[in-house]
Amino acid sequence: MFNFVAFIPTAVQQGIPLLYGSTGEILTQKSGNLNLGIPGVMYVGGICGVIGSFIYENHATGALNPFLAIMIPMVCSLLGSLLMGLLYCFLTVTLRANQNVTGLAMTTFGVGFGNFFGGSLIKISKLDVPSITLTKTSAFFSKSLPFAGKLGWFGKIFLSYGFLAYLSIVIALIMAFVFKHTRTGLHLRAVGENPATADAAGINVTKYKYVATCLGCMIAGLGGLYYVMDYASGVWSNDAFGDRGWLAIALVIFTLWKPDLSIFASILFGGLYVLYLYLPTNMAHMEYTELYKMIPYIITLLVLVFTSVRNKRENQPPASLGTNYFREER
Amino acid sequence: MSEKTTAVSLRDIKKTFGPVVANENVTLDIYKGEILSLLGENGSGKTTLMNMLSGIYHPDEGQIFINGEAVSIRSPHDAFNLGIGMVHQHFKLIDVMTAAENIILGLEGKLNLKEAKVRINEICDKYGFEVDLDKKIYDMSVSEKQTVEIVKVLYRGAQILILDEPTAVLTPQETEKLFAVMRNMKSDGKTIIIITHKLHEVEAISDRVAILRKGAFVGELETAKTNAQEMTDMMVGRSVSLNIDRPEPVNPTERIKVEGLSVRDQDGVYKLKDVSFTARSGEILGIAGISGCGQKELLEAIAGLQRVETGSVSYIAPDGSVEELIGKNPRDIAELGVSLSFVPEDRLGMGLVGNMDLADNMMLRSFRHGKSRFFTDRKAPRKLAKTVVKELKVSTPSIETPVRRLSGGNVQKVLVGREIASSPTVLMTAYAVRGLDINSSYTIYDLINQQKKNGVAVIFVGEDLDVLLELSDRILVLCGGEVSGIIDGRTADKQTVGMMMTKKGGEA
Repeated sequence: MFNFVAFIPTAVQQGIPLLYGSTGEILTQKSGNLNLGIPGVMYVGGICGVIGSFIYENHATGALNPFLAIMIPMVCSLLGSLLMGLLYCFLTVTLRANQNVTGLAMTTFGVGFGNFFGGSLIKISKLDVPSITLTKTSAFFSKSLPFAGKLGWFGKIFLSYGFLAYLSIVIALIMAFVFKHTRTGLHLRAVGENPATADAAGINVTKYKYVATCLGCMIAGLGGLYYVMDYASGVWSNDAFGDRGWLAIALVIFTLWKPDLSIFASILFGGLYVLYLYLPTNMAHMEYTELYKMIPYIITLLVLVFTSVRNKRENQPPASLGTNYFREER
Repeated sequence: MSEKTTAVSLRDIKKTFGPVVANENVTLDIYKGEILSLLGENGSGKTTLMNMLSGIYHPDEGQIFINGEAVSIRSPHDAFNLGIGMVHQHFKLIDVMTAAENIILGLEGKLNLKEAKVRINEICDKYGFEVDLDKKIYDMSVSEKQTVEIVKVLYRGAQILILDEPTAVLTPQETEKLFAVMRNMKSDGKTIIIITHKLHEVEAISDRVAILRKGAFVGELETAKTNAQEMTDMMVGRSVSLNIDRPEPVNPTERIKVEGLSVRDQDGVYKLKDVSFTARSGEILGIAGISGCGQKELLEAIAGLQRVETGSVSYIAPDGSVEELIGKNPRDIAELGVSLSFVPEDRLGMGLVGNMDLADNMMLRSFRHGKSRFFTDRKAPRKLAKTVVKELKVSTPSIETPVRRLSGGNVQKVLVGREIASSPTVLMTAYAVRGLDINSSYTIYDLINQQKKNGVAVIFVGEDLDVLLELSDRILVLCGGEVSGIIDGRTADKQTVGMMMTKKGGEA
């Protein structure tokens, strides 16, 4: 019998970083910015959290203050990804650089940045293993509700996660509401669909693009933070984050730019990502592992093909995605 | 005259784009409750001037007064606050949103679609608009989209409306409807500025005409006291003949015979259904129809660019031999002498590459004719480019200028010039004068007539019915992809053709 009670929490824990990444990217893409730098942003979000937490753990005397143990890494992570977002906006919105090139460069930069500081911290802490362990602060991040353990399978499936997991779902729900029911959402969609029209309607296109992209980056950065501080229990090793950033971008397409759908889709993708561990063949046929890990991408490709063929206008990417807006162009 | 109050005053407006002067020394008064036509050739700066009123551009020099007060319009938002609303030539609407969402776009406050819809309906009732507020823009016809645009402007409380070539895409019936609404708005005390190329519309709707030439204001006229000839002369700066030639066809023989042609699009919807006609040498066959009624598909089917469901297209060569075109590839069809020049809405999309210069664009037709299999001949296209520039008076700094930098009229001259240079036996041209001013249009008509005299079978798809009626020997009217009728261009009248465009056969 397939062990659902063990599988679902793993799937959720795998899914949360993807959910952060995809909601962040959905917000960004709704403004017409195709930020392929998301994998890099999530990396930076992760390492900045690690740096904050490392400094706090090494300087705090006595027991750690729970509030500071959470706030310092979180603020560091948000600041790091905000700077990445500002950099992306400055290059593409203000200087009108090509979005694809800028995004890809930022991913390369973000991963390099993470590995450089990760490597430096490992050197400083003079450990034998190629990783840093921040168990003390991490404990605050992964702390679940005290009564969760007492509720059997229900507690395990629904209540066994750290607060960042619930925050991601709240963010996704709020975002879905804002898109559908508020004027801000209407304006943001207009900017992403047709910036010239939005501009003529009196919407500040530059402001919307900046705010959406920077907020999107900050949300995505939290995914990196969750990954290190909660999922990996505070253990940072270089390149461990893997291809999750790309998976988050694939999710944006898979969910047809709907953050509420992304909650389920992220968990589904998270599940597919670790499915091989739960299949009976796992030990005897390790060579299949990578094939199983391909499943999310294959599904995304199928969705892409399917939506392109159906060609329903609402399910298409924002019309101006990937192009920069310049008012006086003629 | 003294009871008139000025709504807008422009004083010495100047605007430059790099080295190009778009507007200079424009001084103009527009009064409350009047309809003013803004007339001028392409590139004479009409749209630029109006864009400065609507906050898209900001003037480099000069002063704008609204209701007597000096203002600075820095953004479209400022323009709304001053009660100025502009309906652009290319609609500024979001396709995936509904009419209602588009109308309230950009406004402040809490989102309340229900309340907004009530207010929108009030406006519609007041001026006589018909619009389905829950319909998505991509499902709408051009005329519906335009209605949404105008309602959007009124919803913002605009007192001064600017309409940029509103009738360019409408049928005569739709135009009449628009004019009726405009008269309603005028009697409600609104000021309307309309940009148009069509002189008979100027005469039909406006109180006064202001004329721009090469960015400068050249004068204003009262519509009642002027005529088309005077307006054109002022616009062009010299006397222009307003008659389109229609030489009698010389020895017409069948050149293209289309029988039972049907084309379906991706979704299986018929774009053309059982279309049959013939095009003869030395004759201009005009094709009329509301945009998107199968004109494009028809021309593309003949040129081999469209998959055909059923039917046949035969090409009868001057020596009498008959060739079936369906199933042939576009290159072979072009070699037979069948040439297609299609001017799409953006003017560049088909036939020319914007970033390439004139000579290279000429080469798009001739790149296969080179010295050997590997090398292409660059000299001939350069020569051709020079000839086209000289003979068609294309205004360009050099033949090395990328085509995208040229103004619309010049781009079209290059396109049509190239097609004619390949000395076709069949010349198909769609929207050859799309968005062109009178002067450039006439140059193109002359070119087409020249080809007709040379015995070319011309198929001319046009938007302007007046021109079709004056230019064509026969007119084929399409309605929803079907032939609504083929009539003699010399005896047809506009009302009949208009009816045929909207209903098959044309009976009401």
